[in-house]
Amino acid sequence: MEQENSIKLYTFIIYSENVPGLLSQITAVFTRRQVNIESLNVCASSTPGAHKYTITANCNLAMAKMLTAQIEKKIDVLQANFFTDEEIFINETCLLKISTPVMLENKNVCRMVRLHGAHIVEVNPIYATIEKTGITSDILSLYDSLKTLGCVLQFVRSGRICITKDFTEHLDEYLAEREKKRK
Amino acid sequence: MERITGAEALMRALEHENVDVLFGYPGGSIMPTYDALYDHKKTLNHILVRHEQGAVHAAQGYARVSGKVGCAIVTSGPGATNTITGIADAMIDSTPIVVICGQVGVAMLGTDAFQEVDVVGVTSPITKWSYQIRRAEDVAWAVARAFYIAKSGRPGPVVLDFAKNAQTSMVDYQPAKADFIRSYEPDPDLNEDQIRQAAKMINDSVKPFVLVGQGVELGNAREELKAFLEKADLPCGTTFLGLSAIESDHRLNKGILGMHGNLGPNVMTNQCDLLIAVGMRFDDRVTGNLQTYARQAKIIHFDIDRSEFNKNVKVDLAVHGDCKKTLAAVTALLDQTTHTAWIDGFKPYEEKEYNKVIDKALHPKEGALLMGEVIRKVSEATNNEAILVTDVGQNQLFACRYFKFTKPRSIVTSGGLGTMGFAIPAAIGATFGAPHRTVCMFCGDGGMQMTIQELGTIMEQGAPVKMILLNNNYLGNVRQWQEMFFQRRYSFTPMVNPDYELIAKGYGIPAKTVVERKDLDAAIQEMLQTAGPYLLQCAIKEDDNVLPMTPPGANVNEMLLEC
Ligand SMILES: Cc1ncc(C[n+]2csc(CCOP(=O)(O)OP(=O)(O)O)c2C)c(N)n1
Ligand SMILES: [Mg+2]
Repeated sequence: MEQENSIKLYTFIIYSENVPGLLSQITAVFTRRQVNIESLNVCASSTPGAHKYTITANCNLAMAKMLTAQIEKKIDVLQANFFTDEEIFINETCLLKISTPVMLENKNVCRMVRLHGAHIVEVNPIYATIEKTGITSDILSLYDSLKTLGCVLQFVRSGRICITKDFTEHLDEYLAEREKKRK
Repeated sequence: MERITGAEALMRALEHENVDVLFGYPGGSIMPTYDALYDHKKTLNHILVRHEQGAVHAAQGYARVSGKVGCAIVTSGPGATNTITGIADAMIDSTPIVVICGQVGVAMLGTDAFQEVDVVGVTSPITKWSYQIRRAEDVAWAVARAFYIAKSGRPGPVVLDFAKNAQTSMVDYQPAKADFIRSYEPDPDLNEDQIRQAAKMINDSVKPFVLVGQGVELGNAREELKAFLEKADLPCGTTFLGLSAIESDHRLNKGILGMHGNLGPNVMTNQCDLLIAVGMRFDDRVTGNLQTYARQAKIIHFDIDRSEFNKNVKVDLAVHGDCKKTLAAVTALLDQTTHTAWIDGFKPYEEKEYNKVIDKALHPKEGALLMGEVIRKVSEATNNEAILVTDVGQNQLFACRYFKFTKPRSIVTSGGLGTMGFAIPAAIGATFGAPHRTVCMFCGDGGMQMTIQELGTIMEQGAPVKMILLNNNYLGNVRQWQEMFFQRRYSFTPMVNPDYELIAKGYGIPAKTVVERKDLDAAIQEMLQTAGPYLLQCAIKEDDNVLPMTPPGANVNEMLLEC
């Protein structure tokens, strides 16, 4: 019961046919039930013809179940599932633009970049661009420490992408099952 | 293969889907299609409505009584937006319809062209599927898919947004068939475990109670339901939309569930040890306060729509599938048994409700006419075999309570959306969906005026709708809530009414007004014996209340018998 009601960050992985208009239908399922989407990533999946949506949102377990059921009900949605952070490998990317003069003045800036395993991808006299890939907390930690050093000019984060820790590829199995029913 | 226009392809595709009636209204962006329709008048009977909302409600009425897909056709922009209420109504009440809207040509899309509205964007949240046909090549495929989606699984509305260039350009037409969409499973395989568990739970139950919803009729599972109930002697209650899924007088039918339902089924919901819901969705008007709803019982839910499980009420067992199959499979495993003592337990509540409410509603000795007595008399005058179409309000609640049903697919009412103005157009649709049956429509003085223009359609078609206007000079249902919950502050609920008899006569529809009780029987006879449409206006007591009532948010078993 406690688990049912506690609010958590869930990652929703949704596969659909590649048809226009589905994205707004899927996001509407969240907004209609007053759940804010934290991040959203949409692109072609490894299964030809299928699109993959990776969405994160904070909600309780009952809501997560309801959201996936309502999403899966859309005609062109193939599958919808949700996961906790423990059930998936997560990746996010961020880009930071930092001030070159501050970087040259304060050694801690470069130290922080190295410490976080981030890369400097471009330097010019005005700014340097830094890239970091990792889990959300590592990215935020890099950002926070550089911000404290007063060098951040711009910060952008991607949505989350992830892979399940499962041994089977549920979508492929599902599609194979479905194909057997084709008349 | 033949080279034809996209509009002509639409005609062929509709004929291929066995469409025989279309309810519609023309306009600029759908003109090529109307031009094609001109050559198909023999096969596609187009009924010109007087407002596009009427086209959709008529399609709904047609679909509900016939079990076929209803079809509406309108122009772009305002034509399309006028259909929204009907589409939302069909969505929440699972009614299979296909609405075809004209749309500006693709070259103009997104330019705020004349009468351009993002119809797919607007209708996506209230349809099962909404699709823009941009090329004539897609017509056959889209129509086949639309009808397949509308009628399969849990039925619902589909919108086809038909761009003008797709109507006029040429295509090599070949009929298409849709019976498989890999991302859509309308007829899930039975799960043997679920079937066995359900049968065991029912066989173990001492106080079982079945909730019957519209799913039974949508799944054509009336016979299966009856076999299921009778084999294990299971008492049941029905939702409004499930009213004609079982005969009103069947010994196991204990009446109506919910806010204005019967006392017995609502009280017993909180006394049973097993609640078995079939093709219903635990609407808040049925459950009342969820925190106290059937907490003592185990709950089994039969439904074809997986997303309904645990949505409002947490269930112990979900039986996923078409109830025609799941009910039959479970019935095979049921013990033939009786629950006499438990079923007798309904009687005191039936008697109490009869004495406190029903007797007074049906047999008043004096005072103005009451809705209940009019409705029961009309029902009995049709031998309880008619189709009931209602509007929304007290007229609806009383009609659902006091009309009686013996035949399948006999209730057409706006359940989930509660759309005033539904009755007249839906009743028109019903006369086309069931041309050999009597269609009795009950409406209030408020709702009548919301789609009163459809009297023009009735006039033109001679549609034999028996209209009973229950005129209480109030937005009665709202007035009742004001009386009960807002200290009798009757804020904008008194109705200043026109002379409805005169209006009907203006449309050439025979009409009569009954004020005195002694004139009622003869007037009903005259209405039923007059061929074609008829308006019977009844002057109803102004401040009557629908009882019993579970106040909003109250516990299901705590019904008020008086107020
Ligand atoms: C389109 C629409 N507008 C408003 C309402 C709210 N409403 C529900 S019942 C009702 C009163 C209906 O009055 P009337 O048609 O005279 O029926 P009565 O209750 O008097 O039988 C109203 C305004 C509604 N259900 N639908
Ligand atoms: Mg009224």
